[in-house]
Amino acid sequence: MPPLAEGFRQPAEQRLPAPVCRTPELRRVLTGIKAALLASRQKCHHPALTMGGNRMIGARQTMTAFLQAGAYLLFGIMSLFMIATATSAGFAIHGVIILIACLLAAFTTLRQLEPSPAGGWYLPDRSNGGYHDGVIKAGLIATVFWGVVGMLVGVVIAAQLTFPTLGWGIEYLSFGRLRPLHTSGVIFAFGGNALLATSFWVVQRTCRTQLWAPGLAWFVFWGYQLFIVLAASGYVLGITQSREYAEPEWYVDLWLTIVWVAYLAVYVGTIVKRREPHIYVANWFYLAFIITIAMLHVVNNLAVPVGFSDKSYGVWAGVQDALTQWWYGHNAVGFFLTAGFLGMMYYFVPKQAGKPVYSYRLSIVHFWSLIFLYIWAGPHHLHYTALPDWAQFLGMTFSIMLWMPSWGGMINGLMTLEGAWDKIRTDPIIRMQVAALAFYGMSTFEGPMMSIRSVNALSHYTDWTIGHVHSGALGWVGMISFSSMYFLAPRLFGVQRIYSLRMINWHFWMAMAGITLYTASMWVAGIMQGLMWREFNAEGYLVYSFAEVTAAMHPYYLIRLGGGVLYLVGALFMVWNIWMTAKGRIRDEAPLDAGAPHNPHTDRPVADGPRVPVPAAQPAE
Amino acid sequence: MAFESHAKIERNVTILAVLTLLVVMIGGLVQLAPLFFLENTIEKVEGVRPYTPLELAGRNIYIREGCYTCHSQMIRPFRDEAERFGHYSLAAESMYDHPFQWGSKRTGPDLARVGNRYSDEWHVQHLTNPRDVVPESIMPAYPFLKEKLLDTHNIAGHLKANRTVGVPYSDEAIASALADMKAQADPNADPTDLQRRYPKAQVRDFDGDPTRLTEMDAVVAYLQMLGTLVDFDSYVPEQNRR
Repeated sequence: MPPLAEGFRQPAEQRLPAPVCRTPELRRVLTGIKAALLASRQKCHHPALTMGGNRMIGARQTMTAFLQAGAYLLFGIMSLFMIATATSAGFAIHGVIILIACLLAAFTTLRQLEPSPAGGWYLPDRSNGGYHDGVIKAGLIATVFWGVVGMLVGVVIAAQLTFPTLGWGIEYLSFGRLRPLHTSGVIFAFGGNALLATSFWVVQRTCRTQLWAPGLAWFVFWGYQLFIVLAASGYVLGITQSREYAEPEWYVDLWLTIVWVAYLAVYVGTIVKRREPHIYVANWFYLAFIITIAMLHVVNNLAVPVGFSDKSYGVWAGVQDALTQWWYGHNAVGFFLTAGFLGMMYYFVPKQAGKPVYSYRLSIVHFWSLIFLYIWAGPHHLHYTALPDWAQFLGMTFSIMLWMPSWGGMINGLMTLEGAWDKIRTDPIIRMQVAALAFYGMSTFEGPMMSIRSVNALSHYTDWTIGHVHSGALGWVGMISFSSMYFLAPRLFGVQRIYSLRMINWHFWMAMAGITLYTASMWVAGIMQGLMWREFNAEGYLVYSFAEVTAAMHPYYLIRLGGGVLYLVGALFMVWNIWMTAKGRIRDEAPLDAGAPHNPHTDRPVADGPRVPVPAAQPAE
Repeated sequence: MAFESHAKIERNVTILAVLTLLVVMIGGLVQLAPLFFLENTIEKVEGVRPYTPLELAGRNIYIREGCYTCHSQMIRPFRDEAERFGHYSLAAESMYDHPFQWGSKRTGPDLARVGNRYSDEWHVQHLTNPRDVVPESIMPAYPFLKEKLLDTHNIAGHLKANRTVGVPYSDEAIASALADMKAQADPNADPTDLQRRYPKAQVRDFDGDPTRLTEMDAVVAYLQMLGTLVDFDSYVPEQNRR
């Protein structure tokens, strides 16, 4: 094996820092842009030491801050225009939300300036030369918060399907408006914040450098929260494009595009200034997730608004629109809920296990084949529809092929525990990660199976699909996110360990019981539903009316509701656990394996400036 | 060994990012681009026409309320679906749908051909409280549709936006959009012009209250036209092979 591959098997930050970044041109350009736009904030740790240079930096920073605040106020004026011209209450409410956000943003931007001893103002760098963890801490809190909100709405709509009068005929509480609130809440608010937080953590650690443009990273965080608030309030108010998982209207989409470009800039900028020769595999997945979501989001949301209002008409129609939407929809699963979270897996599993990733080659093969094949799978959402058969068969074939790279990822994650399998018994975070990978493996087998046309003929339109989605969402996305939050919480809040390791265990078993009830009931319900719909009697008549099939679903919907409640209760344990961790408390309990302890002294970027050779035995964080 | 050359990619973020973008573009291009040129996805079928202003408004309420989360509008070519819902759906039947409403879940039945299967009174009762007419139903109640006056503001703008994205509304149709909208739900209006512009448009008071133009009028008008445009007695499926 070449030395490179050998070296790669270690998570990048455990290896020797390499002397150079390999893309100096791009780096110089980026540095130039940054200096011009944002001014180099990190350069002024000690204002008193470099008075002369600092005065200029301070002046530049002051100007930049005022320009930024001006830009926010400009947006604020636009929102005033929104309020003034609104013909619907929803558009006016969105105008007010945007106005408040703009004023807050302008205010906080200026408030960050501090008087400099050299005269004027400057932007203090609070990172103290370490990693920029503030925005990650905010991301962790947002993940936990939105997770509970999204799951709670899920429980509410599961209850509405069981007891249909629970909407009380109030338009804002009807299933049709709350369902997108649940899906977007858990996918984009919970999952998205988990991805933001972990990607900023991972990219800094594996590149051994601070975030490029930390101010922009904060913009990404708060911009994304604004997107969530606009999207969520829009659904309740009836502002929707009716494109599943892409319901927000054109102006919210435009805002997300701005935020996403900033996210890409921060992410790539940080990779460019890395102090490691190689880009660690987790970053490939995060990068593919950011790039592909940008492509999907823009193409799928092209629309022409009706004047300046909250209603638009998409540029695609009918069959072209259907395939565009499911090209988007399936790859929201493939790149948001899979590639992004695989990035998370590739960092946190090896870190928690204290083991290098199982196979470097497998990660290369599985990365490229996964991202190539996923994009083709969209048509399996449109089997037997008016979409041409050749497209359906292409979608089915690639979906089946997708099984292999998916399991490549699962195997690479699971086999990382080779030689440390006992940790499943002793370390609750590892246990959660292994469960996540197992669910990933199960749902990436079930998915290809359901994409076979004859299976899909039965499963499509039924609750089997809902069961499948939730085994992936609750099992894979949920569990891998929870485990990453448990890994991050003590490190971000600067305590020696999480408040309670045993409580992680309670969370784990609650969630497992919830998933079991949920998926099992939906499998039974879905298959039963599909079979009842197509049953003919000897005389050649349909046996069941649609309403009879609906009535037969009731007990399963009730079981599903119970599963959802258990899963939510598990998440509430996490809220309590992380809350107490943030307060610096340690629960007095029988010890469990907490994994490698955190050493804040070594968890620091390689210093800027001329690179000095670092002793070979650089300890891990 | 091939894996050694991968070192070049993983040492250069520009190459990594560009390669990633290229790799993820291929599948979409191969599958999506032909749909804009192939005969059977862009064919026109006799009878399919753009929505009337009232139907369009009803469709927008259908979208606003998230009906697509539980109702599909895409009948698959199976015996049971033909028996239950009618002839399988054609691509052309949703050619003016911006966006499409095929749906992905049947918590409730398919609606692609629900038009003219129930009376207006049934729809009004059903939407007001579904369990009054279907005891097993788990659909939410929409009593507010009867109470809320239809937003007639800028309906011409809606038609114009549709024309921008390719729906063939004539200048005349846009100019008379508001009049057409009101006329369709008014039993005393002369429907000649409306029906010339929109063949097979159903003209009557839909919500049982002729004095007001409510959201219920629009929704029921939309539901009652679904799947009624193509005459399947004269439709020759051989010409529409998929």
